[in-house]
Amino acid sequence: MTEMPTPPARGCGATPVLKERGQREVFCGLTGIIWLHRKMQDAFFLVVGSRTCAHLLQSAAGVMIFAEPRFATAILEESDLAGMADAQDELDREVARLLERRPDIRQLFLVGSCPSEVIKLDLAKAAERLTQAHAPHVRVLNYSGSGIETTFTEGEDACLASMVPILPEAQAKELLLVGALPDVVEDQALALLHAMGIERVRCLPARRADDAPGVGEGTVYALTQPFLGETHAALTRRGARHIPAPLPFGEEGTTAWLAAIATEFGVDPERFEAATAAPRARARKAVAAATATLSGKRIFFFPDSQLEIPLARFLTRECGMEAVEVATPFLHRDIVGPDLDLLPEGPVIAEGQDVDLQLDRARAARPDLTVCGLGLANPLEAEGLATKWAVELVFTPVHFYEQAGDLAELFARPLRRRARLRVEAAE
Amino acid sequence: MKLSVWTYEGPPHVGAMRVATGMRGLHYVLHAPQGDTYADLLFTMIERRDRRPPVTYTTFQAQDLSSDTADLFRTACEDAVARFEPQAIIVGASCTAELIQDDPGGMAAALGLDIPVIALELPSYQRKENFGADETFYQVVRHLARPMERTARPTCNILGATALGFRHRDDVAEITSLLADMGVEVNVAAPKDATPEDIRVMGRAHFNVLLYPETGEAAARWCEKELGQPYTSTVPIGVGATRDFVAEVRALAPGATAPSEAALRLPWYSASVDSTYLTGKRVFLFGDATHVIAMARVARDEMGFEVAGMGCYNREFARPLRKAAKEHGVEALVTDDYLEVERAIEAAAPEMIMGTQMERHIGKRLGIPCAVISAPVHVQDYPARYSPIMGFEGANVLFDTLVHPLVMGLEEHLLHMFRDDFEFSDAAGPSHHGGRAPAAAGAGGAAPRPQADPPGGISERVTDGDVAVWLEAAERELKKVPFFVRGKAKRNTEAYAAERGLSQISVDTLYEAKAHYAR
Repeated sequence: MTEMPTPPARGCGATPVLKERGQREVFCGLTGIIWLHRKMQDAFFLVVGSRTCAHLLQSAAGVMIFAEPRFATAILEESDLAGMADAQDELDREVARLLERRPDIRQLFLVGSCPSEVIKLDLAKAAERLTQAHAPHVRVLNYSGSGIETTFTEGEDACLASMVPILPEAQAKELLLVGALPDVVEDQALALLHAMGIERVRCLPARRADDAPGVGEGTVYALTQPFLGETHAALTRRGARHIPAPLPFGEEGTTAWLAAIATEFGVDPERFEAATAAPRARARKAVAAATATLSGKRIFFFPDSQLEIPLARFLTRECGMEAVEVATPFLHRDIVGPDLDLLPEGPVIAEGQDVDLQLDRARAARPDLTVCGLGLANPLEAEGLATKWAVELVFTPVHFYEQAGDLAELFARPLRRRARLRVEAAE
Repeated sequence: MKLSVWTYEGPPHVGAMRVATGMRGLHYVLHAPQGDTYADLLFTMIERRDRRPPVTYTTFQAQDLSSDTADLFRTACEDAVARFEPQAIIVGASCTAELIQDDPGGMAAALGLDIPVIALELPSYQRKENFGADETFYQVVRHLARPMERTARPTCNILGATALGFRHRDDVAEITSLLADMGVEVNVAAPKDATPEDIRVMGRAHFNVLLYPETGEAAARWCEKELGQPYTSTVPIGVGATRDFVAEVRALAPGATAPSEAALRLPWYSASVDSTYLTGKRVFLFGDATHVIAMARVARDEMGFEVAGMGCYNREFARPLRKAAKEHGVEALVTDDYLEVERAIEAAAPEMIMGTQMERHIGKRLGIPCAVISAPVHVQDYPARYSPIMGFEGANVLFDTLVHPLVMGLEEHLLHMFRDDFEFSDAAGPSHHGGRAPAAAGAGGAAPRPQADPPGGISERVTDGDVAVWLEAAERELKKVPFFVRGKAKRNTEAYAAERGLSQISVDTLYEAKAHYAR
């Protein structure tokens, strides 16, 4: 294909990884419900957990937009912990009540939590039983979003992976895009692919239950998110084939991602050029607006969403930043290998976390910008370190050409704000 | 098992965090999985704290469950003490760790640390955040405070303020200055801003001021019994309650003098003519019991409102709340079910809500203005300016808080005067409602909701019963009613028609209903 990205003389593919094990300052997988329930418009997410789970969802969502959102928590009480048979009965009762009140629901996810995992509440069995009880109108699935098994975006991975086994069988050669993207971004991707002449494209997750894609040996799939390791494995088990590529962040990442798909589908180079030339130029121009602020600045990533490696690649190669440390909760080489190869050698690549030790490293390095969770951001700002909330990167549309400028701007804004303010914070 | 959509209170260990984070020199070692670290952001984001909460989470994972989570706890505990050098630690378990029964208290005690180790037993599957804070503060006091010689001058402790409290920062400052004006010095204010060393000398005070019964009552009772310190029972919210509080303090500290009321403006502002329009405004109150009970008195006696309904989410205080509701002649609503609160507010159709951030959302949906008077909190509840709600300055703040959400007196008259003017856009609504007409008032139908969300919410289902049909002339007449009372006029008329079994609503029905509901 035309203009594949040129790898650096030495990338991070062979860099030894600093593996840490200590206190982790991260969300659990339940958090994914916040964006998943918006994406799947006829799905309901029922967390089986504690008051803590309910409180997390509410706090992570930040604002309460809906009177009765399409997620809720079945809070386990003392009586449920005493006898297991009761908990299953109670679950049946709550689900029946819920589905009666919400006839618009077609898919119900029973989401496991730390307490439900520890007491070994069998949600798979419950999902099976409830599917039978409420078929054909409602399909009941289950996955774990628990903090003892999942970290933040792994919740989406677990959710999508739970859907793969029940997708209908399909034989035709078809492209599947995997990862929950905002509708507007997904539509942009589909338009680009259509412009290249790839017409048969399906998405996982689908917006509605009836639109669920088929999967089989003819399916080839491209991941739009780096954290979909389980889903990747589940699709492979169904005979589908992965198209490895850098992730579609920034102009370069998007072009490389599209080019890998174009190669798979034998798209003519001229047609590829015709489809991508204009949006590529727009993306370059938009990114350039933020590059002036970002160029030469040093960036430090705390582990959060697993987007860290592709984003570090974007920020170093397209925005001129220097990465000091790039930490990720988990490193899936199968998926982020191409990004890792493009990331110029230099930064510490870390997997896992010991938050106090990592804070010591960040304080010693004094980066210009630190990407971290909401619990750390203000304390670091108070120590004079500019920060970018990592959570915004998964709540905001950041993929593909038309968002490349917005993505760069997310990192530039904290720096521009610091430069603009003429008041010292009072002590 | 109980289905919950939104919660008023977090789990009890978040209450313990509110005590630990409010204090200095105290560290909390919490046996908990990684997801529980979300609680840090409550403090760093909502309260804009510039330091991480002093909490070490063990963040055990599934793989640790089969090996040794207890070891993980011991290491976390030793590391935290070495790194943060606290004067004392509190140790406990979150909901998940409670299930694996590692006994953090016993393990921490066995480490032989040279600082006090205070073990917390917070039953996560029975109790909630306020209990957690109350119990934690009580345990800290019980472990550290001892009877000692009283100060020569009259002094008191101020009890109950925590991190993430509703206006605690400014309330403590205001009451401290009120007490200073009376010649009473504050010995220790705790838990907020106190150290374990401060807790040790609480016994020097002559009495305690209990500002927040939800989070300080257990400690106050213990101090009464063990340290011989009586405590105040009036929460000084509003003019009347502040005066009662002053009287209580003077009874406990005979040398105390009367404070100055020179800066108190509420009584005159409320008496001034522009406030006439506040008369009989129907308000619905919901929040923690202490704030609701105190605010209901302010609403009725100091603002001239009518209490149309009141309730609280903390069952521990159901009894005093019910008693207060009875005095106001309304049914008490004691529930932590957000949808039930929404239904009650919709049914009462108040002109204003005095509630929490949760009721502010209800108000937005129903097109009813809302003043926030209680936790749970939001970043907006930490204003940069000084804004107590207790004491005399607090009463001034409350006047503003309760008036601002309403259409102002003069503005209301002007809207009325110009409502038939062709240039006046009825649909625009008053400026402070964000340029949009209150939704429920217009067609009286469902509150707006984001388009992507399919129907099925609670607000769509209020018209379940048989509703009389509006005749065209009556509908035209209804449109002439100012939009800010149109919703109520419509509901009243329909209720009136339903009571009488009318199937149609005419212009006459509209005015008969108006006469019927006139006060």
